[in-house]
Amino acid sequence: MTAANGNGRKDNYLYYPGCSQRATSRAYEKSAKLVGQALGFTLEEINDWNCCGATDYFSVNVLPAYSLVARNLSLAVEQGGTRDLVAPCSACFLNLRKTDTNMGKYPKLNKQVNQALAAGNLHYDPGTLNIRHLLDVIVQDIGFDTIEARVTKPLTGLRVAPYYGCLIVRPDAGYNTEYPTHLDELLTRLGATVVDFPMKTHCCGGHMTQIGEDVALELIRRLVHNAAEYDADMIVTLCPMCQLNLDAYQGQVNSHFNTDYRLPVLFFTQLMGLAFGIKPGDLDIGSEIIPADAALAKIGQEAETKPRQAVRRDKNALPMPSLD
Amino acid sequence: MPNTPNGHTLYQRVMAETPGGDTLITCLQCGTCGGSCPSAADMDATPRRLFAMLMAGMDDEVLKSNTPWYCVSCYFCMVRCPQNIPITEIMYTLKQEAIAQKYFDRNPHTDWAHSFIGYVEQYGRGFELGLATRYHLTHNPLGAVKKTGLMFDLARKGRVAMMPERIENMPQLTAILTEAKRIAGGEK
Ligand code: SF4
Ligand code: SF4
Repeated sequence: MTAANGNGRKDNYLYYPGCSQRATSRAYEKSAKLVGQALGFTLEEINDWNCCGATDYFSVNVLPAYSLVARNLSLAVEQGGTRDLVAPCSACFLNLRKTDTNMGKYPKLNKQVNQALAAGNLHYDPGTLNIRHLLDVIVQDIGFDTIEARVTKPLTGLRVAPYYGCLIVRPDAGYNTEYPTHLDELLTRLGATVVDFPMKTHCCGGHMTQIGEDVALELIRRLVHNAAEYDADMIVTLCPMCQLNLDAYQGQVNSHFNTDYRLPVLFFTQLMGLAFGIKPGDLDIGSEIIPADAALAKIGQEAETKPRQAVRRDKNALPMPSLD
Repeated sequence: MPNTPNGHTLYQRVMAETPGGDTLITCLQCGTCGGSCPSAADMDATPRRLFAMLMAGMDDEVLKSNTPWYCVSCYFCMVRCPQNIPITEIMYTLKQEAIAQKYFDRNPHTDWAHSFIGYVEQYGRGFELGLATRYHLTHNPLGAVKKTGLMFDLARKGRVAMMPERIENMPQLTAILTEAKRIAGGEK
C-alpha cells in the first residue's frame, strides 16, 4: 500500500459498529467519534445492522453465517450507495470483507447467499462496497501530516507497544501481513515513542478466553510479556476483542503464571484524542481494568477514575432471558 | 473408516463446502502451517498432518481431532501457505462437519457457539453478559465465580450491557437465515 497522503479524503463514512461497541468497547466508539469530529469526518451507522457472527457462527453453519453478514452489506448499499463501509472491530472487518471477497470469487457462494437474502427481499452484488478498518481510513484518507498538524498535546515520553492483532492485516487487507507499521507511524506522529514489539500481529486468544482459558492465558501472557520486555508504558490496540482479552484477563494471567504485569491497554483513538487535547474523561479513559493513570501522568494527563453507571437500557431492550 | 453420507468422502465434502477448498488437493505437506500456528502445541495433529489424514480417508480420526477446535482463526497459516490453501476456512468446515455428524455436539466449544448463535438468532445482536452467564453457569460453576468477578469489574466501569439489544427487522433476518439453512441442508 502506498504512503498516506490524505488524498483519498471523504467526509461521511458508512459505519458498522459491531456488538462490542455497545458494551465492552464503548470507549472505542466514543473516542473514534470525537477523533472523527476533530478531523472532519463522520461515521453514519447502518440502520438496523445485525451481528457479524464473530467466529462462532462460521464454525457451525457456513452458509447462514455468510448470509448473516451479507444482510449488513445489503442494508449498507440501500442506505449509502457505494460509500466506503468502516468497521472499528477487526473481527467484524474481517467477516464483512471476507463475505464480499468470497462472494466475488466464488459464483456458487454468491448465488446461494443472494438466494438467502432474497427471502428477506435483499440483494448484494459483491464488490459494490469497499470495506475498510477504521485505522486504514484514518491513515490513508486523512493522512499522517494532517493528523500531526492537529496535535496540541504531544505524547512525548510515552512508550507504547503497537498491537495490531491478527485480523486487521490477515488474510488480505493490503498491509504487510506479519510486520505492519502504519499504527507505529501514527503513534510516532502523535509524539509517542514506539517500542519494538515483535509479537505485534500475534493472536490475543479470541474467544478462547471463554472456552479454553489455559490456551488463551498463555497467548495473552506472551503478548504482555513481550511488551513489558521492551519497557512499554502501555499497549495500544485497534480491536475490541484484543482490548478486552489483554486488559480484563491480565489479572488472571498474573494469578495463573505468578507474574505481576500491570500494562494498561488503550485504543489508538483514545491516544489520538489525548494528543488532540480532548479531555481524558470524554474519551472514556478510566474505563480500562488496568488503570492507565501512571502511564498518563508521564505525559501530564490525568485519567478519570470515578466509577461509572452501567449502560442504560436502550429503547429496543428486552428483559433478561432466563438461564436454561 | 471413510465416512460417506450421500456417497461423498469427507475430503470431497470439505473441498466442496469451503469456498476455495478445491485447492486442498495441491497441499505440498510442507508443514509451514503447523510451524506458524500459535495453537499447534495443543493440537493432536498439526494442520498439515490433519490434511494428510483427510486425504488418506481417515475420516473418523479427522472428525474426532481437536485441531479445528483449537484453531483461534489467526490466519497465520493461510497467509504463509505456499499453495494459498484457505486453511482457516477449512477448519471452520471441519467444525461444521463434526457438529453435523454429532462428533462434537456437546463440548465447551460447541455449547459456546450454540449459545452465541442462540442470541444472534433471537435478537440479531450478540449479548456478552447473557452469553457468559448462561455458558459458565452450565459448564463451569467454579470458574463462573471468577468470571462473575470479571463481569463486575467490567460493569463497574460501565462496560457491560445489562439487556440485549434487538434489531427491528427480526422477521427479515429470520427469513434469510432459514432460507440459508434450507439451502445448506439440501447440499449435504
Ligand atoms: S502450508 Fe499449505 S501446502 Fe504446506 S502443509 Fe500446510 S496446507 Fe499444505
Ligand atoms: S488460523 Fe488456526 S490453524 Fe491457522 S495458524 Fe491460526 S490457529 Fe493455527
